[in-house]
Amino acid sequence: MRSVFVGAIRRGAPAVIIAAVAVPPILIDGYALSVAINVAQYGVMATAWAMFSGPTRYVSLATVAFYGVGVYTAALLGGSMPWAIVLLAAALSGATLAILAGMLTLRLSGVYFVIFTFSLSELLRQIVTWYEVNVHRSVGRYVFLDVAPAHIYSQLLGLLALLLALAWLLRRSRMGLALRIIGADLVVANHIGIDTAKVRVLLFAFSAIFMSTAGAIIAPRWTYVDPAIAFSQTISFEVLIMALFGGVQLLFGPLIGVASLCLVFEYLSIQFPDQLIAFLGLIYLLIVYVMPSGIVPACSAVGQVLALREKAVA
Amino acid sequence: MKRTALLLAISFAIAGFSGSSGQGAENKIRVGWAISKTGSNSIAVATSLLPNYRMWVNDINAAGGLSLKNGRRALVEVVEYDDRSNSEEAVRAIERLITQDKVDIVLPPLGTALNLAVAPTLAKYGYPFLGVTATTDLAPELVKRWPNAFFFIGTGSQYGEGLLTLLEQERKSGELGNKVAMIYAADAFGVDLSMAARKLMARYGFDLVYDKSYPVGIRDMVPILSEIKDRAPDIFLCFSYPPDTLLVTDQAIIAGFNPKVFYTGVGTQYPAYRQRFGHNIDGVMGPGGIDADNSEIQRYFRRINETSGGDTDRFAAPVVYVGLQVLQQAIEHVGSIDRSAIIQDMKTAHFATIFGDVTLGDQQLAKRWLVGQWQDGEFKGIAPADVNGANKPVIPKPAWK
Repeated sequence: MRSVFVGAIRRGAPAVIIAAVAVPPILIDGYALSVAINVAQYGVMATAWAMFSGPTRYVSLATVAFYGVGVYTAALLGGSMPWAIVLLAAALSGATLAILAGMLTLRLSGVYFVIFTFSLSELLRQIVTWYEVNVHRSVGRYVFLDVAPAHIYSQLLGLLALLLALAWLLRRSRMGLALRIIGADLVVANHIGIDTAKVRVLLFAFSAIFMSTAGAIIAPRWTYVDPAIAFSQTISFEVLIMALFGGVQLLFGPLIGVASLCLVFEYLSIQFPDQLIAFLGLIYLLIVYVMPSGIVPACSAVGQVLALREKAVA
Repeated sequence: MKRTALLLAISFAIAGFSGSSGQGAENKIRVGWAISKTGSNSIAVATSLLPNYRMWVNDINAAGGLSLKNGRRALVEVVEYDDRSNSEEAVRAIERLITQDKVDIVLPPLGTALNLAVAPTLAKYGYPFLGVTATTDLAPELVKRWPNAFFFIGTGSQYGEGLLTLLEQERKSGELGNKVAMIYAADAFGVDLSMAARKLMARYGFDLVYDKSYPVGIRDMVPILSEIKDRAPDIFLCFSYPPDTLLVTDQAIIAGFNPKVFYTGVGTQYPAYRQRFGHNIDGVMGPGGIDADNSEIQRYFRRINETSGGDTDRFAAPVVYVGLQVLQQAIEHVGSIDRSAIIQDMKTAHFATIFGDVTLGDQQLAKRWLVGQWQDGEFKGIAPADVNGANKPVIPKPAWK
């Protein structure tokens, strides 16, 4: 009985989460909208991150590199170009950067790749800073675009829907199968004729497109951007932890992780503004030690144990 | 797992009880702020912003509250959040303060980036916005965009212009030579200042023998300083942030580099600077300053030392307090929390502050100290020379001991 129940929850949860995340923007305002925007932007980034890092098991810390590129694309072009062009340019810059970085590094494995992606964000931050100081002669840029928060939210939701649809298709495609084989065993993947480098570069670029577009969409919200804001490493770590919390093997896992962690963070920052950082640390530890494969698998594991116990009693 | 779930459930239950807002409490005014208690801004917040906010609230409540219409008094109640030095967190926290906690007044976060991030939200809800630590060259345009916005601390260019005007006068009077070495942190305030200074140096005919930026978070200035020392400048300008201000002073003392003018940026005015370098601070210049002979100012620093248990800086801190004084008096002039009337009053009225009588024409504070210098253990304002209580600059600065 219990296992049927758990199964129903597993099937039903994504629907509930999507309904909760995708509150129509006309229904909410003010603070609720702010929270929804945050959930939506992290939802896009965590899902995009898991799309690449989940199957390939390459842990990328370059999320903020792509996000920052998107932010700067909006800051540079936002005032002079139609918005659709700006978003397109952001997507293209993200993809270009990912292809370049991917070709250079995806032959690296394990920890070397992690370090490279981490440094990529830092390198970009330094390059942009150098350019702003020596060429633009001002470190900050002003983004004066009157985009209403509800509009930002709708765009993020649209992006999220597109991403989920494509990720769903990908899982059912030959490419998705190739990725899973790469993640399981790179040597085998090479031997059975998969062009592992090409597949990984393509997917890396594909996930980068969504990260940089999210950055471009959110940029008008801050009025002022500088390299420290756009390339803040915290974002990469938060995306990673949220995706892991939800579970990277499932399509909706990252989104569930984002929705629940964003709300928990929000709650903690209201109730314990002074101890917030300590709580964040505890949550990270909890994820790594207690449920390394995410909360959804962890919950269903608990459910299975309970079901077994019930059987034993019967 | 079970226990975690239980803990979470309990915590959410508690949240349900304590999350209610204080509407209907007539004798209370809710003041909210979301500031950087953690992250890159946290030291500056703890030095310049928070001691002011706390003292201001305590003083009002100790005096029985703000005086409103019909002899009513209203005590101030505080809602405080941490923005973690992050723009998106700051925007969300301000939305939360306004729409959930229903605060009557919002006090600003620290720094140009966070201030500009929250300004559109405050404008949307019609809350007065005190840009007490926002140094942006765009201030004159921003006040047109945001009718609720007020800027107090001036722009990077103003500090650069104030400095060069002073140097030009001193050079004309024969105290100074022509050679300037300039370095600056690759960040907003540093770049703005250097831009303004470079332009004026060209106009006045100074000889800029060294002109380079350095990255924020620099760990070693020795190579830069030895290169500069070789060119023997009369004037050394370093538009720095607190960590590099300490670093460059420290390494200049060790290297025995003692130009006639030694100017460093943010951090020069911090109490930590005086503690670290003792008598060596004499003659060092930087942005900001105070009128040390003014009894109001003296009283302010004495009081803030008592209430915060530590000293505060001589640049942003008094400006922040002036902003709070203006806000308080505007609320009391209006006599209620009618925010559009408060904003209107701030634009037109006169205010008695620790800077004397001030007005906010063009929604900006017109005058403040642009250059200060450590003299006899106090960071005294020396420019502009036409501000009341301006001290004479000491040039050349005394040798390092």
